[in-house]
Amino acid sequence: MGRIWKLGDNINTDVIIPGRYNVTTDRAQLAKYCLCEILPEFAAQVRQGDIIMAGHNFGCGSSREHAPAAIQASGIKAVVARSFARIFYRNAINIGLPVLICEEAVLNSEDGQEAEVALEQGVITNLTTGQRFQAQPLPPFIARIVEAGGIIEYIRREGTLR
Amino acid sequence: MGTLAEEIFSYKLGRPVSAGEIVIVDVDHVMSHDTTSPLAIQAFRKLTGERGGRVFDPARAHIIFDHIVPAATVAAATLQRDIRAFAREQGIQILQEGICHQVMPERGFVAPGEIIVGADSHTCTYGALGAFATGMGSTDIGVAYATGRSWFRVPETINVRLTGRLQPGVYVKDVTLELVRRIGVDGANYRALEYSGPLVEAMSISERFTLCNMAIEMGAKTGLVAPDATTEAWLRGRVNRSYPLLQPQNPHYERVVEVDVSDLPPLIACPPDVNNVVPVEQVEHIQIDQVFLGTCTNGRLDDLAIAASILRGRTIHPNTRMVVIPASREVYLEALRLGYIETFIQAGASVGTPGCGPCIGRHFGVLGPGERALTTMNRNFTGRMGDPTAEIYLGSPATVAATAITGHITDPRQFLA
Ligand code: SF4
Repeated sequence: MGRIWKLGDNINTDVIIPGRYNVTTDRAQLAKYCLCEILPEFAAQVRQGDIIMAGHNFGCGSSREHAPAAIQASGIKAVVARSFARIFYRNAINIGLPVLICEEAVLNSEDGQEAEVALEQGVITNLTTGQRFQAQPLPPFIARIVEAGGIIEYIRREGTLR
Repeated sequence: MGTLAEEIFSYKLGRPVSAGEIVIVDVDHVMSHDTTSPLAIQAFRKLTGERGGRVFDPARAHIIFDHIVPAATVAAATLQRDIRAFAREQGIQILQEGICHQVMPERGFVAPGEIIVGADSHTCTYGALGAFATGMGSTDIGVAYATGRSWFRVPETINVRLTGRLQPGVYVKDVTLELVRRIGVDGANYRALEYSGPLVEAMSISERFTLCNMAIEMGAKTGLVAPDATTEAWLRGRVNRSYPLLQPQNPHYERVVEVDVSDLPPLIACPPDVNNVVPVEQVEHIQIDQVFLGTCTNGRLDDLAIAASILRGRTIHPNTRMVVIPASREVYLEALRLGYIETFIQAGASVGTPGCGPCIGRHFGVLGPGERALTTMNRNFTGRMGDPTAEIYLGSPATVAATAITGHITDPRQFLA
């Protein structure tokens, strides 16, 4: 379980990790500046297991994988959004950051509440209100990548991309 | 039978596919640049083992240094050194001669009907030549370097039909901003945008690049223009291999957006989202500290020509700085020959080495707190050009040049003879 960090629509990758801080592959460094543009307190206060709940088009903008990597390294367990931008969504799945699409959960949750996500079932529980929400199921191919823990692990398991 | 995107995937796979299907295909070219290569190399190594892995085809793997060139910091120089070592090991040629999205087509790495993946969101630009090109993250690109393959969900397509004639002083950049305003920043999410209509048919390839470049600003997977005689003429001397001139065949579009551009004025996208688009006249009072002419959206020869025609014999406003960065060495040399560069320097501009420049806020013209810039870029996001309190406005090269002269946002039509 963890706290909910509630964000609005169109949170872009420059806001998630500004270009001036992504000249590194060191994930801890990326986590230090995660969301610094809009939530300066985020990096210091985020705890392992916390959840981001965002509006539409989360992760729009550049293809920088530093964005999901920064979120993952910060300890966030899952990002739940009303919708995701395409490249971010794909990047998150590839590196094993859980991303769930669920209108209802976002609309019925407030910043600072407690929530839990059961990844296998795609069930989000708001522990503060007791409400449970079912996220959209993944297409089977994508579900297999998620289950493997990312695209690299998937290919290693399958022996090739197929 | 299908949209241009469906036709390309069907051609590639040798069987008809349609929107919604997830397919795995061999890609024709793979690209990454100085900022995205390090993570792509990490993914490549993870997949192939620390040593011994080979890229699928070094001649079709392209690494282009453009984001921070020449390296501005020790951190950037270190990453670039490591990428060079990888490239040497793999026999990949590193190109450092301009913005990746300009260099890829210029060098002939893009042909109609091909599938190209790049570790940069504006890879969608190459759709201007009828290729299916899309931006991905570094891990996907690392996988493509190793396997020569990638997976795609064949996208639904929105057809954007452009008709009418542009008024003098109004350019394809203005049309593109109008499209983002109408379609919205996620209105084309997961979809392809297929541009057609008499205006598109009459556009130069450079203008089509501007149009397709900003498909991602509407969330699209790619922007596409069906190849025609203009495409073939542009490719002559650049691409020697044969390519199919695929066209949409009885396409089923998710929707059609029809825009008559005849009444369109010059437009500005105000911060912090690209769909905050207003006519220039509504924001003419806004003082501008820096203008920037360049980028993969508008750093080509015709863009520099328009700006030079406005700036010739004039000087930029004392309260305003101007940065000009040609999109590639080829563009730079041609602009030198034609006297544009001299015009810019005499007007008081700083002219930079071909590359991204301040577009990603790391060197050569970053903004201080509270400063305002008008640029020909494709994004006006908070913090993109430097300090997060700085503001970025987007417009056409003509609007940028007119603004450089007056020091506030200015309708370029007053400077056109
Ligand atoms: S010019 Fe700007 S938008 Fe284009 S590739 Fe470079 S950083 Fe990206």
